[in-house]
Amino acid sequence: MIEVKDDWCKGCNICIDRCPVDALEESDNLNRRGVRPPKLKEENECNYCRLCELICPDLAITVIPEEDDKKPVKKTLLTPVGGKLK
Amino acid sequence: MVEIKTADELNKKFLREGMWPTIFCNGCGHGVVLEYTFWALEELGLDMDKVIFASGIGCSSRLPGYINADGLHTTHGRAIAFATGIKAANPDFHVIIFTGDGDCAGIGGNHFIHAARRNIDMTVIMINNFIYGMTGGQLAPTAPLGSIATTAPYGNIEHPFDISNLACALGANYVARWGVSHPYQPIKSIKEGLEKRGFSLLEFLAPCPTAYGRRNKLGDIKKHWAWYDDNTILIEDYEKIMKYGTEEEKAQVKDKIQLGVFQDIQKPGFFESYEKLVDRLREKETKAKEGKK
Repeated sequence: MIEVKDDWCKGCNICIDRCPVDALEESDNLNRRGVRPPKLKEENECNYCRLCELICPDLAITVIPEEDDKKPVKKTLLTPVGGKLK
Repeated sequence: MVEIKTADELNKKFLREGMWPTIFCNGCGHGVVLEYTFWALEELGLDMDKVIFASGIGCSSRLPGYINADGLHTTHGRAIAFATGIKAANPDFHVIIFTGDGDCAGIGGNHFIHAARRNIDMTVIMINNFIYGMTGGQLAPTAPLGSIATTAPYGNIEHPFDISNLACALGANYVARWGVSHPYQPIKSIKEGLEKRGFSLLEFLAPCPTAYGRRNKLGDIKKHWAWYDDNTILIEDYEKIMKYGTEEEKAQVKDKIQLGVFQDIQKPGFFESYEKLVDRLREKETKAKEGKK
C-alpha cells in the first residue's frame, strides 16, 4: 500500500516516471496546490521496493509493505551506469 | 530505541513539520538530499542533541531549518568557519554543514580550502546545482562550459571548478560525489562520512529545473533528471574504459561527470593533533618545574 500526503505533493511526477514496474499514476482529485498527487493503479505490480519513498523530494510518500502479498521482485536501476536505460 | 522503517515515522522524528512543505521549486533535488541525510542519521542512531547543522546562504542552506535539531544559519560562504568554531568549543558535537556550490566553492572558497587542509572533523554536504539558484541564476564556478546563466547569456567560457578533485588534493579524509536519483549509495556515503574522524566532503549533483534547466533548454523535470543519468558515470567504470576501452568508448565517456567515492583515508584530525600538542607541552612544563626543585 502507498500513502501519499496530498498537500505535500508538488506534482513533479518523478515517482511515476522512475517506478520500475509502472505501478503509479496521477490521481483524479486536485490538492491544495492545484496538482494531481500520485496514486497506485487499480491493477499494479508494486513490489514495495521503496524507490518512490526514497526519491520523493517532498517526503510525501510512505510505502507500507503487505507481508502476505508476495510478488516477483523486479530490480530497479540502482547503480548509476552512465545513460544505459532500464 | 524503536527502529524506524517507513518515511512517515522518519518525518515525525526528524522533521520540523510546521516548516513543511519546503520553499523548493517543483523538481528540485534538495529535498532528496535532506531525506538521504535523515536515513543516514537514523541508521547510525546518533543522538540528535549532539548533532549540529550549519549553513550559509542559498537554497541548500534552507535545509537546517527543516530539521528538528540545533542549526546555525550564517553569512554567505562562512558556514565552514562558524562550524569550526562549534567544533573548537565542544569537540563532542557532530557538525554537518549544508552548503551549495556557490556558497562553498564560490564565495566561501578559502574557508573550504583551509578547513580541508587542516582536516577539521566535520561533514560537508555540498549540493551542486551548477548555478546560484536563489539569487536569480547567476553563473556559479562549477557550471559546465557553455552553460547559460543570467550573468553569462552567451554561454559560459570559464572552466568549471571540480570541487571533489580539489578536496582530494587537499587531503580530505573522505570525498564522494553522487547524484540524487539512486538512493542507496549516497545514504551509505553519508553514513561513512559521518563516522569518519576528520574532514569529509559529500558532493551531490542536484537538478535545478527553474534556474539551470530552463535557461539551458534541458527540457521538463523528467528530461532534466534523465540528463543527470545520461551525463554521469561511475568512477570504476570510467577508469576501466580509460584503461582498456576502444577509442570510440573513450570518446563517449570523456566528458561525463564521474560519480563515486574518490578518497577514503585516515589522517589525524586538527583537534586530535591539538590535544596531543597540549598534553606534550603540559608534560614538558611539569618536568621543568620538577627540575628546579
